Amino acid sequence: MVRSKSRRKLASQDRRGGSEPPGDDLSKLGDPRHLLGLDGMRRAEIEEILDSAFAFKEVLDRPIKKVPTLRGKMVINLFFEPSTRTRTSFEIAGKLLSADVINFSASASALEKGETLLDTALNLQAMRPDVLVVRSASSGVPHMLARRLECAIVSAGDGWHEHPTQALLDAMSLRERWGSLDGRTVAIVGDIARSRVAGSNIRCLTSLGARVRVCGPRTMIPRNVESLGKVTIHHRIAEALEAADAVMMLRIQKERSSEPIYPSDREYSRLFGLNTMNVELLEKDALILHPGPMNRGIEIEPAVADGPRSIILDQVENGVALRMAVLCRAARSVGASLEAPA
Amino acid sequence: MRHDELVERRRLLEEEEIHARIDQMAAGIAKRCPDPEALVLVGIRTGGVPLAERLQRRLASRLDVHPPIGILDITLYRDDFFRGLEQPQVGPTNIGFPLGDRFVVLVDDVLFTGRTVRAAIDALMDFGRPRRVLLAVLVDRGGRELPIAADVVGQRVEASNDETVEVRLVETAEEDAVVVMGERAR
Amino acid sequence: MQRRIIVRGARILDPSQDLDEKRCLVMEGGRIVALPRRPPRARTATEVDARGLWLMPGFVDLHVHLREPGHEHKETIETGARAAVEGGFTTIVAMPNTSPPNDCRAVTELVLERARRAKLARVLPAGSITRGLEGKELSDMGELRDAGCVLFTDDGRPVMDSGLMRRALEYSSGLGALLMSHSEDVSLSKNGSMHEGEVSTRLGLRGIPATAEDVMVMRDVALAEEVEAPLHIGHVSTARSVHTIREARRRGALITCECTPHHFSLTEEACSSYDTACKMMPPLRPEADRRAIVAGMRDGTIQAIATDHAPHSLVEKDLEFDRAANGVVGLETAFSLTFKLVDEGVLPLFRAVELLTSGPAKVLGLEAGTLREGSLADIVLVDPTAHWTVDPKTFSSKGRNTPFTGWRLPGRILSTWVSGKTVFDRKEKTRSAKGRA
Repeated sequence: MVRSKSRRKLASQDRRGGSEPPGDDLSKLGDPRHLLGLDGMRRAEIEEILDSAFAFKEVLDRPIKKVPTLRGKMVINLFFEPSTRTRTSFEIAGKLLSADVINFSASASALEKGETLLDTALNLQAMRPDVLVVRSASSGVPHMLARRLECAIVSAGDGWHEHPTQALLDAMSLRERWGSLDGRTVAIVGDIARSRVAGSNIRCLTSLGARVRVCGPRTMIPRNVESLGKVTIHHRIAEALEAADAVMMLRIQKERSSEPIYPSDREYSRLFGLNTMNVELLEKDALILHPGPMNRGIEIEPAVADGPRSIILDQVENGVALRMAVLCRAARSVGASLEAPA
Repeated sequence: MRHDELVERRRLLEEEEIHARIDQMAAGIAKRCPDPEALVLVGIRTGGVPLAERLQRRLASRLDVHPPIGILDITLYRDDFFRGLEQPQVGPTNIGFPLGDRFVVLVDDVLFTGRTVRAAIDALMDFGRPRRVLLAVLVDRGGRELPIAADVVGQRVEASNDETVEVRLVETAEEDAVVVMGERAR
Repeated sequence: MQRRIIVRGARILDPSQDLDEKRCLVMEGGRIVALPRRPPRARTATEVDARGLWLMPGFVDLHVHLREPGHEHKETIETGARAAVEGGFTTIVAMPNTSPPNDCRAVTELVLERARRAKLARVLPAGSITRGLEGKELSDMGELRDAGCVLFTDDGRPVMDSGLMRRALEYSSGLGALLMSHSEDVSLSKNGSMHEGEVSTRLGLRGIPATAEDVMVMRDVALAEEVEAPLHIGHVSTARSVHTIREARRRGALITCECTPHHFSLTEEACSSYDTACKMMPPLRPEADRRAIVAGMRDGTIQAIATDHAPHSLVEKDLEFDRAANGVVGLETAFSLTFKLVDEGVLPLFRAVELLTSGPAKVLGLEAGTLREGSLADIVLVDPTAHWTVDPKTFSSKGRNTPFTGWRLPGRILSTWVSGKTVFDRKEKTRSAKGRA
């Protein structure tokens, strides 16, 4: 805590973070071992991860798609929420690095038996993993585990908060096409308020110098969206697409729509769907992204998703390379702290 | 050991000598390769890459041999990947041709402990099964920690373990020179 | 007959009689018998040297969860009452959301009996407004009142049905009983885990808008005004609630309200590290709301500081933020947090004492919170110059869920008397702690 001479100031310090103990400070969790989110990550650090991800991409083209880097290291994919593509992507990434990858889906089983998330995580820690990749429907779980466990924590998405590797692979896919994101305009369309993909992408894209537009019905845009990064807000998709260099369509979470956020899929699709008509508003060579899985026909028309501007499959391929870079960074830091020469 | 604490102790080779040594190396490579069509050069990042390019030019201009060139980054194969506090930067590898049945010359600037070469051989094997692998280095400074030897050597030098032999080539440095660096005398 | 006790040399602070001066206090037979300027001569009395210390009426807390019956792993009436006297509270009102809830005479009597046996703070039970806290039918408030309930509330849950709330206000006011509202529109707060605002957006947590409280305060004020019933509004946390209540009181409505130490000490920023010790209902609000609460404490809109002491065990708290239970403990930190505002110069000392003593006593019409001659000798002795560091491990409460761990706070409770009997003495606590170590 910063000690201040003025008593009044000291008091307001207390109020902000709960003053003590310093161990509760999120910045301490900014330990390079962990990838908990992109909030507060420096541009140079993001660029460094992307640079090494491009190097890893080459490994995917080799006749023998495996490097020995993480031989003897253990990666546990701890998924408290069902996910196929992210988990598979992390699994492939770990295996290409020669790590031992174990998938642990704690979706219902353990938690229904009354075991808490922390119990489950502590049990897995006793098996001495080097990296724990964690996905949870609750925001803040990676932070909680980083505070309580010894191993490196990599977030594979937490609640509505962040999905850092998704945003990094999106940035990688854009950089691959553009060289740099500086000055480019990217529109993100969908449920910004409840999307961890948007949460991480707004932070990542703005940090890399892109101009970000967010678009959706007012029920989907948090009123404090600017606390995630500098964005412009649009409630008409035409406005958001106009001369944009890329558009990222978010999945409409049909399964989460217990709240009246939009009247019907039909209405959403008419007002906020990307289709062969409004796609023409984009820059000529504009790129189309989607984190998947897509609701074809709702937020995106199939012809657009499969069209020449779509880089949706690049995203998937880059996801493996990006996650290799992230796993290496995490596992290496663990090793370094143990084996660093005096 | 931080680089900026090192000072130049003695100079081993100057520009002219380096040119001559590279000429000799090119000749040595050509002599050992019975099938010039199968020859490829693979430079180990970063020091081996400009050297491989120079060898490629010499082989072309003097001996009319035109081997393709590849770049190998061995970071992911290093046995010290988990040592040290600096995050190692993984650089791009670019081998745009199959290695199966080729006559591969691994090129590096300095041969010291042999650990880099060990990692490079492992990496190379993941790209295919070469007929033969040769090692060509500009400087062999001794001090091996693994049973590895170079087939083509530009210059053998003596240097103690606390010294660093630095190859400077104009592609990446200000001059062509081989110098011995050491800590400032106290 | 209890021995005569004379406390000498203390500065006596008693807003109920507008008293702030150095006096002696004489108690005997469980009551205060005199406040002489000079120490009386008495060979048979026990003397307490209180030079440099402050003597105040024992504090009154209108809002405490003691968890017994049903959740004794979180707190019992005895541990809660011990935490109370350590914090200077001599009278506490026990919320009815136990298991079973206090909606019948049997539970009320159990609470009173356990409290009598503990011989610590006075524990006054609050009964539920609706049977089983279900918000459907009224509890037997008359019977509960006769059994000893001093307040009626479904605290923890609102009475969502406006028609039922209106009837409850009418019925209770006819009995001369007071209702306390838990102002939360659950259709707005639904599944939220912190205040909806900048921080919840940053943390990706589902937010609870301030309006979830505001609309219910407005509704309940309108209902109470219409049926001319008194109403006490629990744990006010938003600027708009404070404003609504201020206006209603200006119109002469019979509205009183309370605020908690955590709402006047912390803001939503405290949630930034997903610390579940900062999760409670109503949630921590932005700085503007915090300032409005302090302003309301200053200008009299708010009559009482209430802790909303809500102990939980690790089982309920050591979880994902959105799954963790709401609530923080408060009895053992409330005085020092209040005194901190005094120290910072934002709340006058006399007003602060009033908010802990005669303010809440008046809300309930209790004979408490005063040092008048003849009143019950419920007294607290404080060292205003001492500072201490909050360490939940030293709490008497079973609950360790405080957001103030590690805070260095001013003012320390030294002794507490209830009916002239010492129920807490810090010297003894320190001694026994050392003995254990």
